[in-house]
Amino acid sequence: MISLAGRDILHAWGKFVFTGVGLGLLIGVTLTMAGVYRGMVDDAKVLLDNSGADLWVVQQGTLGPYAESSSLYDDTWRSILGAAGVLRAANVTYLTMQVRRGERDVRAMVVGIVAGEPGQPGQPGFLVAGRHITRSHYEAVADLASGFQLGDRIQIRRNHYTVVGLTRRMVSSGGDPMIFIPLRDAQAAQFLKDNDAIVRQRARTAANPAFGAPNVLDAVLASQGSNPYVNAVLVQIEPGHDPEAVAEPLRRWKRLTVYTRQQMEEILIGKLIATSSKQIGMFLVILAIVSAAIVAFIIYTLTLGKIREIAVLKLIGTRNRTIAGMILQQAIGLGLIGFVVGKIAATFWAPFFPKYVLLETGDALRGFIAVVVICILASVLAIRAALKVDPAEAIGG
Amino acid sequence: MAERHIQGIRIEGLRKRYGEGDTAVDALKGVDMQVAPGEVVGLIGPSGSGKSTLLKCLGAVIEPSAGRMTLGQEVIYDDGWQIGDLRALRRDNIGFVFQAPYLIPFLDVTDNVALLPMLAGRSNSESRRRALELLEALDVAHRARAMPSELSGGEQQRVAIARALVNRPPVILADEPTAPLDSERALAVIRILNQMAQQFSTAIIVVTHDEKIIPTFRRIYHIRDGRTHEEAGEAKSLE
Repeated sequence: MISLAGRDILHAWGKFVFTGVGLGLLIGVTLTMAGVYRGMVDDAKVLLDNSGADLWVVQQGTLGPYAESSSLYDDTWRSILGAAGVLRAANVTYLTMQVRRGERDVRAMVVGIVAGEPGQPGQPGFLVAGRHITRSHYEAVADLASGFQLGDRIQIRRNHYTVVGLTRRMVSSGGDPMIFIPLRDAQAAQFLKDNDAIVRQRARTAANPAFGAPNVLDAVLASQGSNPYVNAVLVQIEPGHDPEAVAEPLRRWKRLTVYTRQQMEEILIGKLIATSSKQIGMFLVILAIVSAAIVAFIIYTLTLGKIREIAVLKLIGTRNRTIAGMILQQAIGLGLIGFVVGKIAATFWAPFFPKYVLLETGDALRGFIAVVVICILASVLAIRAALKVDPAEAIGG
Repeated sequence: MAERHIQGIRIEGLRKRYGEGDTAVDALKGVDMQVAPGEVVGLIGPSGSGKSTLLKCLGAVIEPSAGRMTLGQEVIYDDGWQIGDLRALRRDNIGFVFQAPYLIPFLDVTDNVALLPMLAGRSNSESRRRALELLEALDVAHRARAMPSELSGGEQQRVAIARALVNRPPVILADEPTAPLDSERALAVIRILNQMAQQFSTAIIVVTHDEKIIPTFRRIYHIRDGRTHEEAGEAKSLE
């Protein structure tokens, strides 16, 4: 038996191909939306992977440092380093801001790290060009996605930094490129006031009679001029130790909140990007409905255009299931053309998106199955219309 | 139903009523008709006389209200269908030729004709062989690979006739087959139908208004107000 659907598609290939391309672009958008979500999850995991930490020690009762603000004294790391099972501990600060270079500015996550100690948690894992930060001030390592080059002079708050190294895939959970600077500079950047505010604060403190005792005013002013806080202490544990077993004494005795890698991943994916993922989920549902409506409309219209032929087919003895099969195969054929076009389109345009778009094979397979299911459902209307056709219509009268 | 056992068609007291009660309309009020194998008869009548209804009843497309229809030795309707699978009855025993050819636009000429035997379960090669034989007999074999849109009106109608004949049905119902054709082509179609009726022992009923072809029939059934009466035709030569 010849394939009626195949012959019809070949006969009207232009109509099918152009419709398929239109549908394919819609499927491409759907696959890309799924890729955006996967990219966000991957960014979150990369953030955790690249931090090089096994434990995140943060302010008690917070979900810091990525999902909530968290402040710890910058000497806390010393006592953590002494805990059983801890191999390394390092302070880190995170500050999302606009980083300027000349007239241009880039949204970036500025990470304060302890300079000169590659391998410490929080350091960029690898460099694609240049070197690590070795000086205590005014050097930076930037992610390639920031667009900065080696030797560029960038401005963070009032200070200028020289880009001495470039790294890759070091991004925040929101996909912003990271820029690493020395910890002290980052601490200052977080709380730095303008000169007028500093002068006014000093005058106000000096006018307070409570600070009148010898040396007290100087001590108070000195404390106001510096920032002793960091956002978190990143901890690497010794090989063979259970992260939870190392974390538990820190929670109990240091009165701090400690997250393991798994807990931090749950915070990032389950809380930080939860709303975004729901947003994308809604888009996917809407796009699926729109795709189904388009396929249904196209197949229904194509079927209505063949009512007379269908009546003739029924009159000459064609089974209903043969006619239904023809319409179903055409719908699936249209879906296949659309899927191939959509997959190619998504693969082509994904690298041009400003945020990371991760197109996973599993999503493509799920998308393919969804397209087939949608096409089957969408063809129901047309099949019903075709099966209602009275063979007597071929005779007329 | 084995095709060799079916010869001609006989209709006795066929009635068809549309609707019920006060609004009921009797489209056929007791039609009697008989067409022998190899015979081509005309069925003529004014609009609304019941021609299309009779054709649909004969074609097993709608169910008559009463009466009896016999295909060869087999009674197919006797105040109710006696055949379970009407679709198979149409496919294997009744050929249709329409006013417009209604060829399937996405199949080439050969496959338009071969589709019927394929639907009947014959192999593609056997079906195409049968189709080509008929196309040869109807002098359109040279257009075997053409699409319907590439054919002239006369060629399309010949392909439609080939399609109606390909399963060797005992009966062909032709609904105004010459309406869109000029005199020469109309007479050519009737000539072909007569040849095929003789060659395949097929009973052919031609519904027509066409004054050009009415004189060519040996027998004519007039239908008026749902009743038929038979008269002898002129049997004008087709040569």
